[in-house]
Amino acid sequence: MPLSTQSQSQDQQYVLVANLDNARNLSNILKAITCRDHAIFTATANGLKVTVEDCKCMQANAFIQADIFQEFTLKEDMVIFQINLTVLLDCLNIFGGSTAAGASTALRMCYMGYGHPLTLFLEEGGVVTVCKINTQEPEEPIDFEFSSSNVTNKVILQSESLKEAFSELDMTSEVLQITMSPSQPYFRLSTFGNSGNAHYDYSKDSDMMELFQCSTTQTNRYKMSLLKPSTKALSISCKVSVRTDGRGLLSLQYLVRNDDGQICFVEYFCCPDEEVEEE
Amino acid sequence: MKFRGKITDIACLNHFTTFSRILKSAVCLNEADPLCSGVVTTISKLTKTCVLRLTPDHLFFILPGKVTNGGVGMWCQLLQANFFQEYQMEGVTSEVQEICLEVSPEPWSRALKTVQSAKSVKLKLTRKHCACLTVAAELPTLSSVGRVVTHDVPVDVIPRRLWQEFQEVGVPDFDVSVYLPPLKTMKSVVDRMKNLSNFLVMEANLNGDMNLKIQTDLVSVTTHFKDLGNPAGGDVSSQDGGPSQSRDPEVMAEVTVDIRKLQQFLMGQQVNPSKALCNIVHQNVVHLVLLHEDVSLQYFIPAVA
Repeated sequence: MPLSTQSQSQDQQYVLVANLDNARNLSNILKAITCRDHAIFTATANGLKVTVEDCKCMQANAFIQADIFQEFTLKEDMVIFQINLTVLLDCLNIFGGSTAAGASTALRMCYMGYGHPLTLFLEEGGVVTVCKINTQEPEEPIDFEFSSSNVTNKVILQSESLKEAFSELDMTSEVLQITMSPSQPYFRLSTFGNSGNAHYDYSKDSDMMELFQCSTTQTNRYKMSLLKPSTKALSISCKVSVRTDGRGLLSLQYLVRNDDGQICFVEYFCCPDEEVEEE
Repeated sequence: MKFRGKITDIACLNHFTTFSRILKSAVCLNEADPLCSGVVTTISKLTKTCVLRLTPDHLFFILPGKVTNGGVGMWCQLLQANFFQEYQMEGVTSEVQEICLEVSPEPWSRALKTVQSAKSVKLKLTRKHCACLTVAAELPTLSSVGRVVTHDVPVDVIPRRLWQEFQEVGVPDFDVSVYLPPLKTMKSVVDRMKNLSNFLVMEANLNGDMNLKIQTDLVSVTTHFKDLGNPAGGDVSSQDGGPSQSRDPEVMAEVTVDIRKLQQFLMGQQVNPSKALCNIVHQNVVHLVLLHEDVSLQYFIPAVA
């Protein structure tokens, strides 16, 4: 059935209805946080937040504001459910997911509330696919209590500069070490792998450095396996902000422009590797 | 019994290449076949039987629907005059102008691969250490000296008493016949569905509607194709057996199939056929018919038990 002839009465049963003319505006950003099977969807009047967590020490969030959608109707203050993200992505990309000239898949996402599946209506070229994906009891997402007031060091870089470093990261290194300092080396990424140590330095005067606010010298190590997935978000973003707080908790925020030039955000939180130790 | 054929015209060779690509995907022993996917793994012990049937006017390439194929059957028919510049054959006896050969799939696949890059091809029935179909492909080179690659594909001559199986395939008494949607769209959808389920339901009715459905504990997905059109009664084989006149056009005929078989069929279709249709025998078999100019290809996918 064409998306436009969905009956009125059926609409009234849904607590969430979200329409997109181009399903890629959702699927591309979800791909950037897919590192685990399950994701928590939180819908509020502001829009959609999709959360993925790993090992209780890494969290990835994708924010798709309500105004990105052609329609975003919520009947409750907050709607939360957990869903299999890889299944959802297979459904969103049912018509191929590649950027064919002119062709785009329209999406209508509907949810009737607790206990019901998430229903997707996808249409391309007159062909309609209906998907019903079972939802689960959402787990409580971790609150890392990362607040701007506790931020010790912050830099904003153009993604271009980090892309090369991240794609070349020595995967035999168990950790990625990040050094931020008001003095040399300013901003450094380090790995310690089988073939030796590697350092990527970014000077505060570099063209790529849009903002540099470092008050203290901090060196923290993070498990490579937890941070490597952030490369996906980096590759679709144009800018990234790197912040640490007093505890060494890392916040990476990515500014992403979708197919229509609209802005969405992806955020990664990562706890420092406890075993660290030497300055 | 003799056979000799030669293809020297480039257009004919390109045409033959298209056809051999279709055949190659059908001959794939399993998804991990190194000849098809480039992944080097051990080839499954279950081999398919490939039959090459030669008559004065046609070449038939047949994969009979044996249990070892998972029940999938394929029948491909070409008009020899549209491919070969030279074609000479003498059947098993002077009255019976026909030859039926069982062909080893692996060497045949390799030979087809070479043919794809050839300038000209010669096929000949020979006797080396055993009966062989010798495929000699002339490959383009930068120098003036040509390079010929020869494949000796072992064959077994099939005795006449077994020919029954390889005569013209009869169209089953189907419940619904419908034109297929664009194969590219079908392939995209089936590729994704394969990630979600092992089985797929294919259903269609006389209103030109077709649905592809999967259902598991986690998810259900249905793709609706509309206004596909139904062939009027007969089909390309012009056999008898149209759907009964009193059938309600809304009622679906359905078959549950192994999704990999459907995917395998769709993978081989690189060129848009001039005609593509599907005959469904409710809960029994899906019969897919494709016409590419002068190559006709029929594929039978049985319902899962």
